Amino acid sequence: MVGHLRNVHLTEFKGYDGGVQFRRRKTGVNADNLSVQLDHGSGGRATHELVEQVFARAFNNRFLREMNDSALVDIRGGHVAMTTDSYVVDPVIFPGGDIGSLAVHGTINDLCMRGARPMYLTVGFILEEGLLFETLLHIVESMATAAREANVLIVAGDTKVVPKGKADKIFINTAGIGIVPDGINVTGHNARPGDAVLINGTIGDHGMAILCKREGLAFENEILSDSSSLNGLIRELLEACPHIGVLRDPTRGGVATALNEIARQSHVGIRLYEESLPIRDDVAGACELLGLDPLYVANEGKVLVCLPQAAEQEALEVMRRHPLGRAACRIGEVVADEPGRVFMQTHIGGLRLVDMLRGEQLPRIC
Amino acid sequence: MKYLDEYRDPQLAKSLLDALQRRSLPKTPIRLMEICGTHTVAIFRCGLRQLLPPGIQLISGPGCPVCVTAGEDIDRAIWLARQPGVIVATFGDLLRVPGSHSSLHQERGAGADVRIVYGTLDALHMARENPHHEVVFLGIGFETTAPTVAAAVRQAAIEKLDNFSVFSAHKLLPPAMNALLESEDLSLDGFICPGHVSTVIGAQAYRHVATRHKMPCVITGFEPLDLLQGITMLIDQLAKGRAEVAVQYTRAVNREGNPAARKLMDEIFTATDATWRGLGEIPASGLRLQPQWHNYDASVRFAMPHIQVKEHPGCRCGEVLRGVLTPPGCALFGKVCTPQHPLGPCMVSSEGTCGAYYRYRQ
Repeated sequence: MVGHLRNVHLTEFKGYDGGVQFRRRKTGVNADNLSVQLDHGSGGRATHELVEQVFARAFNNRFLREMNDSALVDIRGGHVAMTTDSYVVDPVIFPGGDIGSLAVHGTINDLCMRGARPMYLTVGFILEEGLLFETLLHIVESMATAAREANVLIVAGDTKVVPKGKADKIFINTAGIGIVPDGINVTGHNARPGDAVLINGTIGDHGMAILCKREGLAFENEILSDSSSLNGLIRELLEACPHIGVLRDPTRGGVATALNEIARQSHVGIRLYEESLPIRDDVAGACELLGLDPLYVANEGKVLVCLPQAAEQEALEVMRRHPLGRAACRIGEVVADEPGRVFMQTHIGGLRLVDMLRGEQLPRIC
Repeated sequence: MKYLDEYRDPQLAKSLLDALQRRSLPKTPIRLMEICGTHTVAIFRCGLRQLLPPGIQLISGPGCPVCVTAGEDIDRAIWLARQPGVIVATFGDLLRVPGSHSSLHQERGAGADVRIVYGTLDALHMARENPHHEVVFLGIGFETTAPTVAAAVRQAAIEKLDNFSVFSAHKLLPPAMNALLESEDLSLDGFICPGHVSTVIGAQAYRHVATRHKMPCVITGFEPLDLLQGITMLIDQLAKGRAEVAVQYTRAVNREGNPAARKLMDEIFTATDATWRGLGEIPASGLRLQPQWHNYDASVRFAMPHIQVKEHPGCRCGEVLRGVLTPPGCALFGKVCTPQHPLGPCMVSSEGTCGAYYRYRQ
């Protein structure tokens, strides 16, 4: 299909040069021509043109090029992991990423958390009538880059357009499949008393990047989202330490909620140490200002690891060698007491419960 | 974090705690009340209670504005939300507080226009943007919030924003402290006085509490070292048999408070008798708008019906607010009354004592 692109005439896309640039035509452009219209979701010609000119071009691969109703992919060896996630983050472009890169990173990371090697993604777009093509192209390009960097292919997709006001700019669903190599058994049920609890870097960056952007809060340096694909880091980690029991990405609900989930699934207690929690100064400051607890703020490039203490040093070294794990550290341990609960030893030596997030702390964070 | 980490230093905290542990107490138990909900949460968050010597007890007081708002005021807010053409602007904490038959949250689900704001200026903005709607701001809060509401009323008058009004259920803390000390079922040895409120009213506002009731008062900050130092200062006073107003939180609070904020409050509001949940009616413990600002007073603009309040029969928030009951002593606590399904306001608010007990499991 991509081979035929030059033969397709498209008023809306005439200025699209295949990259992130979208230039207005010099004369007589109706502003409507620069934005998504209901026609683009009709399933007819405009939809085809949109798919061919934007999505197929950006996600270009042999599976997509077949343009059949579903993609046939090769899966061999091990268990197949499947997952899906929808993304509604507001704003759609934020410091350190956008809804497109997030939709790729998030689903890849969900696969990684079972020890899977992500291979293929599908993507569904719900576009609001009037969405600027400039924004759409930025997001699609960023998805393509994120997929390429993580070495996964986007093999199928769908687009719907809803009338203005029925969605907010763009919602994206991605689903993914990956292969879990033999011998790997990673699940939230595997935490054992005595295990160390590690994290690959600072907490709360994504949530505070979104919130500061929304609230117009400025600090000396802009807080960037940590949105990233963890498959490279996890692969190295599992190769070095195949006996890792639990991997969990602390997204919505933050580290506190993710650890509570593990404690419940594994019927163990978890003890955190406040002084060990890695939190950037600006994130800590923004949280103080807004009355938020960084333990409950979302992350999109972090992984919590529970593993036997004997493997702790090696795991930390592997993570610290990777660009996404430079600030890896131990933040706590798994204990037999108080199964299903997470406690934290505070700076001054007190002990307090760290409960799950209750209610919605920050709507539309991912 | 500069200006915060200094007040969380583990070594200094340990030495202050050691000193408290070593010291022979003038009496036991020493019962100190933290008035302010922000203190309650700060104490729970750092796990301070369990680190103190057993002879020093901390008791949570009525310092959560949402919690002390009377049931009839909650019902009136709900009534306002039901009026056609009215937008109710409120701080988020109030949303889930149960009234007699409903909550603002439920009303919103049923179609009422209830919007959360982070400050009074947001509500003013809403009034400008919606000239054909009545915007009613729910004025719930202590002396910290009241000046900002006063400023909004004055600004609305300057701009002639005639669709903006305030439903004032503001409360004043020192009269409530006096009322607490006059109640017979509570014995106290000192007050950890609120930090934020005191930035406005100043240390002088507690003179009456300290002298008339011979009650040591220390205005205290919110970090662990602030709290430890404040407690130490209270015990020093008790040991010397003194009862005076001292300021630990000197980086924010002085004797006079904030004269500009107080002047603004005096210009717009006047003190009135007010009903507190748990404490009943306390003379001159609330704020209403002065007659010349009646255009901006929702209780004048709207002909509110008389409301018969119906509260959950088992709810013991009133006793919790007076400090005579700790939340686990309530049969509903943690069983049928939880943050997801709160039956009383102390479980709803982020600064409520029941919510803090539940979240941090003390």
